Amino acid sequence: MSVEEAVAPGSVALSCREFVELLYEYLLGGLGAERTAEMNAHLAACPSCVAYLKTYEASIRMGRIALAPSDDPVPDEVPEALVRAVLAARRKP
Amino acid sequence: MLEVSPRPVGDDPFVQRLRAGDGEAFEALVRRETPRLLAVARRLLRNDEDARDAVQDGFVSAFRSLDDFGGRCQVATWLHRITVNAALMKLRTRRRKPEDSIEDLLPSFLEDGHHARHPHQWRDTGEALLSSREDREFVRAAIDRLPDSYRTVLLLRDIEELDTAEVAQALGVSDNVVKVRLHRARQALRTLLAPRFQKGTA
Repeated sequence: MSVEEAVAPGSVALSCREFVELLYEYLLGGLGAERTAEMNAHLAACPSCVAYLKTYEASIRMGRIALAPSDDPVPDEVPEALVRAVLAARRKP
Repeated sequence: MLEVSPRPVGDDPFVQRLRAGDGEAFEALVRRETPRLLAVARRLLRNDEDARDAVQDGFVSAFRSLDDFGGRCQVATWLHRITVNAALMKLRTRRRKPEDSIEDLLPSFLEDGHHARHPHQWRDTGEALLSSREDREFVRAAIDRLPDSYRTVLLLRDIEELDTAEVAQALGVSDNVVKVRLHRARQALRTLLAPRFQKGTA
């Protein structure tokens, strides 16, 4: 995205605090056109918020990777008491 | 082991055995899936007794609704979802405990609205992310450090991929509360991960 596209004429510049507050809706595409343009303009001018955005998104991806089912630390041992309780519960009417 | 089958799961001979009430098939399923389901329930509930109850409740409701199991997903995926729902029932009914504030983990700003501390880029945010087991452990531990009400929303939205309305309903809060908590939880997780992953760290 170029700076020309990013800066909406007449828009009031957002602060970093406001940028971070609006980040959730921004990533969902839930902000209106004007607000989105303001967010884009802020990003074009603020390396701190570019870093913040990238690392915020990375945190979400890292959570997904770290908790992916294949990586769950599943205990080898089957909890016998629980297995018996489940099987007994199944037999109840 | 349950085999991953290319045919529709509802036609899977194993599922047919379950539907026919085959006791051995049930026991095999319970033995195979319980450890993983217990880990999922523990992560949400952080209490062994509640987690065991949720797994048991999940299996009981799964057995009762086997006839409704449409076979659109694997049995393991179906059980996972049912267990998450059972854990949610527990979460909703159990008494709230006071929890630590999340404020200290949120970014701080100067009076003029600039970042109080310049956020750094991280070492790697691409595909090689978390290639080491230690890094994945670190992320799991960081998620566990989030206050309960935030950790739960993060797990349900970002990991279990429930939508906002489902999470709101399950927790008995508004959609907006879910959105605010998720945004804060992600910010807090970012704060906890930054020291390990920002550039210039090992």
